[in-house]
Amino acid sequence: MRYLPKSQSERREMLDAIGAKSIETLFETIPAKYRLREPLKLPGPLSEMEIIDYFKARTAENSRGYTSFLGAGVYQHVRSVVTDALVQRGEFLTSYTPYQAEISQGTLQAIFEFQTLMSQLTGQEVANASMYDGSTALTECVLMAERVTHRHRVLVAKTVHPEYREVLKTYAKHVGLQVEEFGFTSSGQVDLGALRANSLNEAAAVVVQSPNFFGVLEKLAPVAEAAHAAGALLIDCVSEPLSLGVVQPPQEADIVALEAQSFGVPPSYGGPFVGVIATREKFVRQMPGRLAGEALDGEGRRGFCLTLATREQHIRREKATSNICTNEALYALVVTIHLCLLGKEGLRELAAQNLSKARFAQEELRKIPGVTFPFSGTTFNEFTVEFPRPAKEINQRLLAEKIIGPLALAKYYPEHPNRALVCVTEVTPRAEIERLAASIRKILAAN
Amino acid sequence: MNEKHTHGDGSSATKRIKKAGRHVSQSEGLIFEKSVAGKRGIELPPLDVPAVDPAKALGAEFARAGVEGFPEVSEIEVIRHFTRLSTWNYAIDLGMYPLGSCTMKYNPRVNEFVARLEGLATEHPLQPDEVSQGCLRIIHDLQKCLLEITGMDAASLEPVAGAQGELTGLLLIRAYLESKGDARKKVLIPDSAHGTNPASVVIAGYEVQNIKSNERGQIDIAHFREFVTGDVAALMITNPSTLGVYEENIAEIAEILHSRGALLYMDGANMNALAGVTRPGDFGVDVMHLNLHKTFSTPHGGGGPGAGPVMIKKILEPFLPVPIVTEANGRYALDFNRPQSIGRVRAYCGNFGVLLRALAYTLAYGPVIRQATEDAVLNANYIRKHLEDVFDLPYNLPSMHEVVFSDARQKKHGVNTMDIAKRLIDYGFHPYTTAFPLIVPGALMIEPTESESREECDLFIDAMRSIAAEAETNPELVKTAPHSTRVGRLDEVAAARRPVLRWQPKQNLDAQKHLGPHEKTLVVPTA
Repeated sequence: MRYLPKSQSERREMLDAIGAKSIETLFETIPAKYRLREPLKLPGPLSEMEIIDYFKARTAENSRGYTSFLGAGVYQHVRSVVTDALVQRGEFLTSYTPYQAEISQGTLQAIFEFQTLMSQLTGQEVANASMYDGSTALTECVLMAERVTHRHRVLVAKTVHPEYREVLKTYAKHVGLQVEEFGFTSSGQVDLGALRANSLNEAAAVVVQSPNFFGVLEKLAPVAEAAHAAGALLIDCVSEPLSLGVVQPPQEADIVALEAQSFGVPPSYGGPFVGVIATREKFVRQMPGRLAGEALDGEGRRGFCLTLATREQHIRREKATSNICTNEALYALVVTIHLCLLGKEGLRELAAQNLSKARFAQEELRKIPGVTFPFSGTTFNEFTVEFPRPAKEINQRLLAEKIIGPLALAKYYPEHPNRALVCVTEVTPRAEIERLAASIRKILAAN
Repeated sequence: MNEKHTHGDGSSATKRIKKAGRHVSQSEGLIFEKSVAGKRGIELPPLDVPAVDPAKALGAEFARAGVEGFPEVSEIEVIRHFTRLSTWNYAIDLGMYPLGSCTMKYNPRVNEFVARLEGLATEHPLQPDEVSQGCLRIIHDLQKCLLEITGMDAASLEPVAGAQGELTGLLLIRAYLESKGDARKKVLIPDSAHGTNPASVVIAGYEVQNIKSNERGQIDIAHFREFVTGDVAALMITNPSTLGVYEENIAEIAEILHSRGALLYMDGANMNALAGVTRPGDFGVDVMHLNLHKTFSTPHGGGGPGAGPVMIKKILEPFLPVPIVTEANGRYALDFNRPQSIGRVRAYCGNFGVLLRALAYTLAYGPVIRQATEDAVLNANYIRKHLEDVFDLPYNLPSMHEVVFSDARQKKHGVNTMDIAKRLIDYGFHPYTTAFPLIVPGALMIEPTESESREECDLFIDAMRSIAAEAETNPELVKTAPHSTRVGRLDEVAAARRPVLRWQPKQNLDAQKHLGPHEKTLVVPTA
């Protein structure tokens, strides 16, 4: 087997050195009746070429040749071969968590740079590196707010990503955390009246998302004011962080849960992604997840090491801030390299291109009789449309035209069967936007 | 290697270090320190629609001028920056990574290649099942392989790390017991367990009850019976234990739990000792998780990503997280209609890119996976045999995939496990796991995995023996190691007391001039 660096005779010699008659004797502590006598029924062994063939065959069963208008927390954006070449360096790819700082300075410095980039992007003072993804980052933010405020109730906007809310509910169920939801208005933004009507006094946090699941930017200041007046924290969730290239950072929020997939990480059918928590310095000791900090050695040389480990499970066990251990470090590195390449100007241009494309798509769809826009709020690269018929039906027809249509919101909001979430990014060609509009026009006219 | 090469550790070490020599490594500041306005590393194709002015489109309320402090560097500078940083890291691709309990094995390159294929890397998790058959089949095929390897009945591949797998498994236990009318209160955890175990138990709403290992490092059956009262939901056990020893009474432990209505959870962190040789499903385990970034070779990447599939017995199936992948007549689908489900543990379908790599690994071995397990156990025993006369072995039971020594003998010379670990760096190795498991004071936890050749094992043995000798003859040399790295031991205590967690532009630092020379960045007050 090509991955195993031993010949049969070497194995024999090593057994002799140990004084073992056969390899079997090394497994004698396992009761004989539980030791397998037959080889496992597994496909393989396959050569490298056969493995590639297997996976290439699978690519043909997916969406190749289709144009997609899906977003909803997972975005197709430019990726650079530079990033991919760098993260495939074995020294990054095949290294462990950098507990041994002296031989992990590369990873540690990159983590420090990641923390800096995420702080700058979100307008927060500190950021961790990293959480599993946006959904679990949000959940951990809520648990963090619970620790900070010693309160056990959280108010979550229905405009927050529905799958993020589902994850939060799974985690909240057995830790005595009460999750309540509040609605939105015709602007597509959170209903401040409904929020204020709720008693906020016992709330640990108010949770919103901006741009929210409908693509609409939230006005954070009044939400923060309402939350803070009642002693609650404001948590803002960002699932399209590219927006922060042209949109004000959530400085009013006390904690930010961010999904960084947009920055160079492929959609990869849902993961691995990169979650981040950014917050105010005063809350850092309640924040879960890895942190790299600057440190000096005996000769005064600058280096970096993992720090504030007393928050973590390997030290605190059941009293830790979270059970997280393995995180998404390699993808945090992808994000770091990608953002360094883009830089200040590139990020802004990329974000502006998204805005332009989405505005163009909106205008194209607006021309179609029967297509309306249910929300009046300002959007970035996603927006909600309403068809005169169920979106699911339209999407089924679009699929025949090799278009993966906008996400039918009925999956999460059954009360709105005709609504769909359109996502357009810099990689969506104008011609495909026009083809989407023409196809929808045709489908609607056909009935 | 240059024969005239010296150690460069400023010592008169008696033994020449075979595995490593010094070479020049490039210095490199923070990317922010290299930034000069007006540069960039990516150029975008021209916009093919009318350009919108963000300030106008978003209005004063939302528009942002730019991200203050973001770096401005060219492509070549980015390449050099990160290439230079990379050379400061140790990696499996450079040599043995004997971290006990971490299973740092070879990460096959073909796995990276297939994970990047157009048509896999590009797929959106919310696209219709009709155009996701390839992705769904990959998940389903991997699931079938993992069920065969573990001997379990059903699985969820949604958890994205071992710790999340643990939590998911515990939530399944809770849901099952609740459906029987009583969720119970406690989960038993041996004192040798990983820290994630107790941390996960708490999130699942259970109390942790620690149980002491006996003098052999095993669960004491007589004592154990007393512990399993009516309010115990489960035992969470790692097998082989973190001592690298098979829990000899595991089947009996399972019987005791089952007879009292409790379940057996197995942390599969050490599955690399068992794959192809024995199956947890056969010896009484009800629920377990696997670490695909350990046993199934997906790269650790400096701290992730991972994946922590949960494997279960039939009785727990109704409660699995949504969605699950189903297959009927060769068509695959995501099933969300699971009324008794514990809910979601992560958005979308988990870490598909990790699952895919694990499948590539499994296909490469097929049933020969047993050979990998045998080689892993062979390597651990070979190392044990050659070191047990110089290092203290506190638990003398047969080792499986890892061996745990203590620093008891070297302590007499004032040298502890961390010192030995740091000195190992000078010999060209990554340290083993130090100070874990907690039941071994001053532990040296060594897991070579199957990926090491005899030559590499011999070099490691030589290094360890040489350090043991140095501990006696020149303890200062060991205590001040490493001597060959870019930075020496860092003052982690000071770093934690006044954490500097980000770079700040110079003008912000100037505003803090009243602080000491090393405190001129963001300072976090002690809680």
